[in-house]
Amino acid sequence: MSTLDLTRCTAVQLAELLGTRTVSAREVAQAHLDRIAAVDGDIHAFLHVDAAGALAAADAVDADRAADRPLGPLAGVPLALKDVLTMRDVPTTCGSRILEGWRPPYDATVTRRLREAGIVILGKTNMDEFAMGSSTEHSAYGPTRNPWALDRIPGGSGGGSAAALAAFEAPLAIGTDTGGSIRQPAAVTGTVGVKPTYGAVSRYGLVALASSLDQAGPCARTVLDTAMLHQVIAGHDPMDSTSLTDPVPDVVAAAKSGDISGVRIGLVRELGGEGYQAGVQERFAEAVAVLERLGADVVEVSCPSFEHALAAYYLILPSEASSNLAKFDGIRYGLRVGDDGRRSVEEVMSLTREAGFGAEVKRRIMLGTYALSSGYYDAYYGSAQKVRTLIQRDFTAAFAQADVLISPTAPTTAFRLGEKLDDPLAMYLNDVATIPVNLAGNAAMSLPIGLAAEDGLPVGLQVIAPAMADDRLYRVGAALEQALYDRWGGLLIEEVPAR
Amino acid sequence: MSQATMELMDFDEAMARFDPVLGLEVHVELSTATKMFCGCPTTFGAEPNTQVCPVCLGLPGALPALNRMGVESAMRIGLALHCEVAEWCRFARKNYFYPDMPKNFQTSQYDEPICSDGWIDVDYDTPEGRRTFRVGIERAHMEEDTGKNVHLGGATGRIHGADYSLVDYNRAGIPLIEIVTKPIEGAGRYAPEVARAYVSALRDLLRALEVSDVRMEQGSLRCDVNVSLRPSADAPFGTRSETKNVNSLRSVERSVRYEIGRQAALLAGGGRVVQETRHWHEDTGLTTSGRSKEEAEDYRYFPEPDLVPIAPSREWVEALRATLPENPAARRNRLAAAWGIGELEMSTVVNAGALDLVEATIAAGADQAAARKWWTGELARVARERGVELRDLAITPAQVAEVEALVQAGTVNDKLARQVIEGVLAGEGGPGEVVAARGLAVVSDDGPLLAAIDDALAAQPDVAEKIRGGKVQAAGAIVGAVMKATRGQADAARVRELIFQRLGVEA
Repeated sequence: MSTLDLTRCTAVQLAELLGTRTVSAREVAQAHLDRIAAVDGDIHAFLHVDAAGALAAADAVDADRAADRPLGPLAGVPLALKDVLTMRDVPTTCGSRILEGWRPPYDATVTRRLREAGIVILGKTNMDEFAMGSSTEHSAYGPTRNPWALDRIPGGSGGGSAAALAAFEAPLAIGTDTGGSIRQPAAVTGTVGVKPTYGAVSRYGLVALASSLDQAGPCARTVLDTAMLHQVIAGHDPMDSTSLTDPVPDVVAAAKSGDISGVRIGLVRELGGEGYQAGVQERFAEAVAVLERLGADVVEVSCPSFEHALAAYYLILPSEASSNLAKFDGIRYGLRVGDDGRRSVEEVMSLTREAGFGAEVKRRIMLGTYALSSGYYDAYYGSAQKVRTLIQRDFTAAFAQADVLISPTAPTTAFRLGEKLDDPLAMYLNDVATIPVNLAGNAAMSLPIGLAAEDGLPVGLQVIAPAMADDRLYRVGAALEQALYDRWGGLLIEEVPAR
Repeated sequence: MSQATMELMDFDEAMARFDPVLGLEVHVELSTATKMFCGCPTTFGAEPNTQVCPVCLGLPGALPALNRMGVESAMRIGLALHCEVAEWCRFARKNYFYPDMPKNFQTSQYDEPICSDGWIDVDYDTPEGRRTFRVGIERAHMEEDTGKNVHLGGATGRIHGADYSLVDYNRAGIPLIEIVTKPIEGAGRYAPEVARAYVSALRDLLRALEVSDVRMEQGSLRCDVNVSLRPSADAPFGTRSETKNVNSLRSVERSVRYEIGRQAALLAGGGRVVQETRHWHEDTGLTTSGRSKEEAEDYRYFPEPDLVPIAPSREWVEALRATLPENPAARRNRLAAAWGIGELEMSTVVNAGALDLVEATIAAGADQAAARKWWTGELARVARERGVELRDLAITPAQVAEVEALVQAGTVNDKLARQVIEGVLAGEGGPGEVVAARGLAVVSDDGPLLAAIDDALAAQPDVAEKIRGGKVQAAGAIVGAVMKATRGQADAARVRELIFQRLGVEA
C-alpha cells in the first residue's frame, strides 16, 4: 500500500505504523521475510527461518488489533532470535552439529515473553558453537558475514543477530552475552546491544555456556528500540533461581530522556591505549568530547585488576562449560554416532562428542576439565574466583567516582574472516574490554560512534553501569546517539552498503 | 566364580585378631510431593518416563528451582540427629558420565553440607542384654536421585549380557538426603549388630519425622556399608571396602559380618584389602568386587552456579526444631512402660509398623493387649496377604476399638469379630453396621439355642447317652453341631451349659 520500505524502519516506527493500522503485522513480517530471502544468501545471519510461524504470529496480532484487544507496544514487530534460546518445536542448534535436528518441547522464558508481547519471531540466528567465539566462524553451519564488508566477521558469538540488524533483515534481535557476545558484534556491525545486569533477564531456556556469566539481552539499531525490547524481556522468573526480584528500572523513560548534564562518566584507564586500533581510539576520543559538551562530567578511573580479567575468565568459563556441555552425549536428543548395537554406551557417548563438537568447544571443555581437576582446583578455579572478587571491588571503587564507565567496546574493528581462526589468544583478546563486566555481573551497552578512518568500519563505545542501574546505560546512550545523529544527519547504520 | 570360593575367616577368630571400623552412608528418598528442582510428581511405580519435564530430563536450557520442602526435610532430619544446621551452604555439581544422569552431573552438596556433626543412640541386643551405642553423624546433605537403567535381554537383568538398555527418568530429581556416619569404632564383635541397629533406628526416626516412606525394598532407603579392619583399636584405620546394594536390615548385618570374614582372611594370608566398591548379593550372602577406587574417580566438584546459596535463618531452624517428634526410642520405652509390656512384645508391635495404630486404638478405649493382638495378628495377616502397609488398611484405630468393645460386650465372639473386620475392610461400613447388615451378633436368646440342642441330641442319641453317662467331653460333638446350625453365631460356652442343663448332668 505504500512505497515505504518497512525493513528500513526502526521498531518504534513500525509500532507506530501498526498502531495506526497503516500497515498490518503480516505486511511487516512478509517484508522482512522477503528481505531475508533476498540478502541472507550473502549474509547467512539465519540458521532457520520460521516463515510459517512468523506469519501465523503476525496474523494473530492483526486479529487481536482488529478485535481491539489490548496489545503490547511492540506487537507485530519482527525479531531475530539467537539460536541459543529454545523455541518450542523450532530447531535449536546453538550452532553445533551435536544438536542438529533437535526441536525443543518448550519455550525459553525470553521466547515466551516475546510471544506474549506479540513480537513476531522470524527465525533463529547464527552463532559461534555454544557461544564460544568472537567471530561466528566457529558455527558448525558456516560463518555469518558482516553487512559492512562481506569479507569481514560480524563479531561473535552473536554475529547472526547483529548482522540481521545491520542487513535490515530484522529491526530487533535477541543476543546472549557471556564475555561480550552481544556488545562486540554490536560494535563491529554499527548496531546497539545491551548486556543487562546479571539476573535481570531469565536464563531459563538459554542453553548454558557459563551459567554465572551468561545473560540474554536486547539488540536493535537504536537505543530506544533496544530499551523497548529490554522492557519486554526483563523481570523476575521463578524458573531461574538466579533471577533478580528487584523491579526492572524504567529503561524506556531513560532512553527517551537523554539528559546527561551533571552525569559523572568514568574513563577506564586500563581499557584503551596500547593494543587499541588507531581509528577506534580516534572515534572514542571524539565521543568523549561529545559527552563533555552534553554536560557530562568526565573523570578518569583506574581498575588495576582488569589486567587479570581475561585469564580469570578463561578459567571460569571453560570450567562451567565443561560441566554444562556434559549433557550432550547422544543418549536423549540430538546427534548419536556409532550406535551399531555392539559398542558400549561409553563408546557411543565418546564418538558422538568427538563428531558433534567443533575444535573450539573441545578446546574449552578440555581446559575446564583440567581446571576443575582435583589438585588443580584451588590453583585455577579457586584463584580465578578470587580475581573475580578483585574485579568486583575495582568496579565498586570506580562507581564511587562515576555514575557510568566508558571504554571502546572492542580494541579493533571487524577483522577479516579467517584472520584469527588459528590464533585463539588473539581471538580472545578481542573481548578484553567486555569481559570484566560479565565477571562482575554489571550492565553494559555498546552503541555505534562512527567509522574508523583506516578501514571505514564501525566503531562501538561501551557504557557500563552498576548492577540494577541498567537505566543509566540508556540515558547516556540516548544522549550520545542523538548528538551523533544531529552531527551526521542520520543514523550511522544508514551508511551500510546497499544490497 | 572366584568370589564364591573366597576364603572367609571364622568370625570369632577374626574378632580375636582384628578390630573392625565401620562407616555407613544412607540415602533417603524424601516423600515430598514434587521433585527437588522441578514440579514433577514423585509417585513410585508410575509408567516409565511419565513423571518428567525439561528440568529433570536435563534438557538444554532448563534450570533447577529448589524445593523448599526438600530443604525443610533435610533440616528436620539433621536436627533430629542432633546436627548443626549450616548458616550458609551451597549445592555443588558432581561431574561424571552415566546414562541415568540426565545432565551428566549430579546436583549435590560437597564441602558445604546443610547439616553436620550430630549423633544418634542405637540399641542392640547381646547375650548379656540390651546395650546402647552412640553413632556419630558426620553430615546430612541434599542431592537429587538419578534415573534408573533397565537392562533387557540376557539372563541376569544386569548390564553384562544384556541386549539393550533403557532408561527411566521418573526417579531423576527425586530429593535425596545422604546421611554419613563418622567412623564407627569400638563396636568390636558387635559391629554387625550395631550397623543393623543404626539403620533400624534411623529408619524409625525418619518414619517418625514423616519425611520418607523408608521402604528399603522399594529403594527409598538405601544403604552403603564401609568396612575396614585394623590389628588393634589404637592402630590407624585399614583400607576399606564399600558395599553397595544392601537393601534390608538383615543384609546390613550379614554384609558386615561377611566383609569382616573376607578381609580378615585376606589380611591374615598376607594379602591386602583393595579399596573398591563391592556389591551385596542377597541370594548368596556374598559381596563381589565392583569398580576399583584405587584410581579415585575425580568428580570435579564445583559450586552449582544455577542455584543460589541457602542461608537458613535461625528463626526458621528453631521453628523446624519445634516440629520434631518425640525420639522413637524414647517413645518406645515410654509406651512399653505404660502398657506394662516387655521389649519383645514391643518389638513385635514396632516391626509390624503398628506402634501409632496400637496407641490410637488404646486411646479409643481398647485394652492394650487386645489392641496389640488385633494389629499384630489378624490385621497384620491381612496386610501381608494384600502386600500393603498396616496403616494403609481401610480400618481406623477407632473402628478396631469398636470391634473389641463388641467382643467385650459378648455381642460377637472372636470368630465373628474377624468377620466384622472383613466387612469393614470391604467397605461395608463401621463395625456396628457390619454386625447388623450381616446378622453377625451372637445368639444370646436361649430359645433358638435350646431348639438347636434338642435337634442335635435327637440326631445323635448315642452321644446324648454318653453324656448322660458322665462322659462330659463327648459334649463337644453336640456343641459343634449347634455351632454349625447357628452358623457360628452361638456362644459356645453357653451352648455347653445348656446341653448339661438339658440332660440334667452336673458339668
